[in-house]
Amino acid sequence: MAMAKVMLVDDEVPFVETMTKRLTKRDLEVTTAFSGKQALDALAKDQGVEVVILDVKMPGMDGIDVLREIKRLHPLIEVVMLTGHATVESAIEGMKLGAFDYLMKPCDVDVLLGKVQEAAGKKRQHENKIVEARLKEITTRRG
Amino acid sequence: MPLRNQPSQRDQNSETKGYYRSLTRNMVLTIILVSFIPYFIVTAILLQQFHASHREKVIAHLESLVKKHKQNIDAFLKEKLGNLSLLAKTYSYEELASDEFLRDRLEMLQQTYGPFFVDLGVINARGIQMGYAGPFQLVKASYGDAEWFRNAMSREYYISDVFSGLRGLPHFIIAVRDNWEGDPWILRGTIDFVAFNRLVENIRIGQTGFAFILNRKGELQTKPSYPVHPDHEPYAAILKEENVPEGLIRDFEWTDESGVKQIYVTAFLKGGDWLLVFQQKVSDAFSDFERALRVTMGVLALGLLVILTTAFLLSRRMVGRIARADREKHMMNEQVVETGKLASVGELAAGIAHEINNPVAIMVEEAGWIGDLLEEEDFKDGENLKEFRRALAQISTQGKRCKEITHKLLSFARRTDERVQELDIEEIIQDIVALSAQRAKYSNVTVNLNLAEDLPRVRLSQAELQQVLLNLINNALDAMEKEGGTLEVNSREEEGNLVIEIADNGPGIPAANLGRIFDPFFTTKPVGKGTGLGLSICYGIVKKLGGEIEVASTIGVGTTFRIKMPLEKIKAQGSANGKGE
Repeated sequence: MAMAKVMLVDDEVPFVETMTKRLTKRDLEVTTAFSGKQALDALAKDQGVEVVILDVKMPGMDGIDVLREIKRLHPLIEVVMLTGHATVESAIEGMKLGAFDYLMKPCDVDVLLGKVQEAAGKKRQHENKIVEARLKEITTRRG
Repeated sequence: MPLRNQPSQRDQNSETKGYYRSLTRNMVLTIILVSFIPYFIVTAILLQQFHASHREKVIAHLESLVKKHKQNIDAFLKEKLGNLSLLAKTYSYEELASDEFLRDRLEMLQQTYGPFFVDLGVINARGIQMGYAGPFQLVKASYGDAEWFRNAMSREYYISDVFSGLRGLPHFIIAVRDNWEGDPWILRGTIDFVAFNRLVENIRIGQTGFAFILNRKGELQTKPSYPVHPDHEPYAAILKEENVPEGLIRDFEWTDESGVKQIYVTAFLKGGDWLLVFQQKVSDAFSDFERALRVTMGVLALGLLVILTTAFLLSRRMVGRIARADREKHMMNEQVVETGKLASVGELAAGIAHEINNPVAIMVEEAGWIGDLLEEEDFKDGENLKEFRRALAQISTQGKRCKEITHKLLSFARRTDERVQELDIEEIIQDIVALSAQRAKYSNVTVNLNLAEDLPRVRLSQAELQQVLLNLINNALDAMEKEGGTLEVNSREEEGNLVIEIADNGPGIPAANLGRIFDPFFTTKPVGKGTGLGLSICYGIVKKLGGEIEVASTIGVGTTFRIKMPLEKIKAQGSANGKGE
C-alpha cells in the first residue's frame, strides 16, 4: 500500500507531471488536477485522498478559495499550500483557514515528502480518534 | 531622453524666473504705491497749509510795513506843511520877503527838523519870487507860468510832484498861501529830494524787497533801488483808479516782463496823489517757505529712497522665500513621482520574478526527476553517471540561486508603499546590503557591517527606509567604483537616537559641492547618468520621518553619511516584548 494518497493541484502542467512522477516513485499515490474546480470535482468522487498539495496562485479559483471549499466539504483532508514568494501572505492566510503548512516553490522533494507524511499522519490520527469516539459511543450505548 | 529634456527644462527655468521677476516687480510696485500715496498726500497737505499760513503772515507783515510807511510819509508831509503854515501865519509878508529874515527861518527849520528844507521862497500874486533863502540864485525868479504856482494860488496849500524846475535838480515844493492887504502871496519850501528819498529808500526787506512812490501820471517820485517801468502793468492799472478810499492797502502778485513773479503791496498817500508801492520777488518774500520746501523735498527724497530700498529688499526676500517654498514643493512632487515610479518598478519586478519562479521550479523538478531516474538499476553501470550527477547538482544549485535572486527581488519589491510598519533595522540593512552585494563585488568593494543587535524595533515605512539606504549605499558604491574600497555600514543607539552610518573611503566630496549635495537636481554625474534627486529624496524622506541626515567628507579619505532619527518618535509600541506580530 502507498504511504499516502495525495492530490496535486497546480495550473502548471509540466510541474504537476514531473512532481507526480517523483512522488509516485517515492511510494505515494498521486492524483492530479489542473484547476481548483477540477480538484473539487475529483475530491467529490474519490474519497481516498488524504493530503492535497495546493498551489496558491491559479487562474480562476485561487488556492485560498479551493482550500476553503475543501475544508468545508472534506474537513479531514489536510492541505499543504504551495507558493511563490510573493504570495507568502496568502499562504499564511491559508494556514489560518486550516491549511496544514506551506512550502515555497521551487521546493525540495524530500521536504515536501516529509510534510505530506506528517499531514497524512495527522489525518489518520484524526480518523482514528473519530473511530475511537464512535466505538466508545457504541460501547457506552450497550453498557 | 535627458538631452531632449534639457532645453525644455531651461525654458521652464527662464519661465519661472520671469514669473518671480514679475512677482517681485508687482510687490515692489504695490509697496511703493501704498507707501507713497499717503506720504505724498500728507506732505502735500502740510506744505499747502504751511504755504497758506506762511503767505498770510508775510503779507500781513508787508501790509503793516507799507501802512506804517504810508503814515510816516503822510506825517512827514503834514509836518513840513505845518512848519511852513506856522511861518506864514506867525510872520507878515514884509518880514518874510526880507532875504535875511527868511534865511534865519530856514536855518532854524533845518536845525530843528533836519536838512529837509533846501530853500524857502516868498512869491507874490504875480508869481515873482520876492524873497529867497537857499543855495540857488533864484531871487526875482518868475513862477507865473509854473504849474505848481497856479495850483498853489487856487487853494490854501499845495504839495507838488517831484520835478526838476529851474534849478535842474529833482525836488518838490510845499507851498502855503496867505493874504496880505487883500493880495494873496505864497510861502514856498523846497524839500530835498535826497532826504525825502531816503525815507522810502530805507524800506528794504530781504534781498529784493524795495519801495518807491509814483504820482498819478506814473512818474517816479523817488529813486527805486531797481529799475521800474511805471507805464506798464500792474502800476498803470492801479494809477487809473479814482476815488480810492484813504488807508486802503492792497496786495497782489504779478508776473513782470522778465517772467519773475513779484508780490506788490500798494497804498495811496498824499490824499490819493501818490502811490506808495512796495515790491518784492515772490521767491524772496517766501524764502522761508522755499527753504522749508527744499528741506521737505530732501526728507521726501530720503524717505522715498528708504521706501524704495525697503520695498526692493523686502520683495526680493519674500519672493526668495516663495521661490524656496515652490522649490520644496517641486521637490516633494518629484518625490511622489519617484515613489510612484519605484512602486510600479517594484510591481513589474514582482510580476517578472513570479513568472520566472515557476519555470525555474519546473526545471529544478525535472532535474530532480532525472536524478531520481539515475537511481534506477539501468543506469548504475553507465559510463557518464558521475558526469550526469555533477550536471544535475549544478542545475539544482543554479536553480536555487535563481530562486534566491527572485525571492530577494520579490521581497524588495513587495511593499513600495509608505505604510508604516514595525521593522527590524538590522534585518532591513542586511537585506539592502545583500541586494547590493553583487555590485559591491564587481566594484571591488569590501562591505563591513557593524550593526547593533539590541536595537528596538521601529515603526517606519519599509519602502522609504529601503529607498534611503539603497540610495546612500549606491552612492557610496558609485564613488568607489573605479578604485574599490571599503563600505562600512554601522547602526547603533546614541543619545536616544537611532544612528545609521554609511561610510566609504572613496575620493570624497569637494567642499564646494558639500553644501549642495542635498539640493534637487544637483549631480556630479554625467548627463543621463544621475538625476540629482537621490540625495534630495533621502533628505526629504529622513526629514519626513522626523530625523536628520548629515554628511562629513574629506577629500581622499572618504565620505560618511549619518542618519539620525529620534527613537522616542519611531520606537514601536511594545517593542520591549521583542519581535512578533
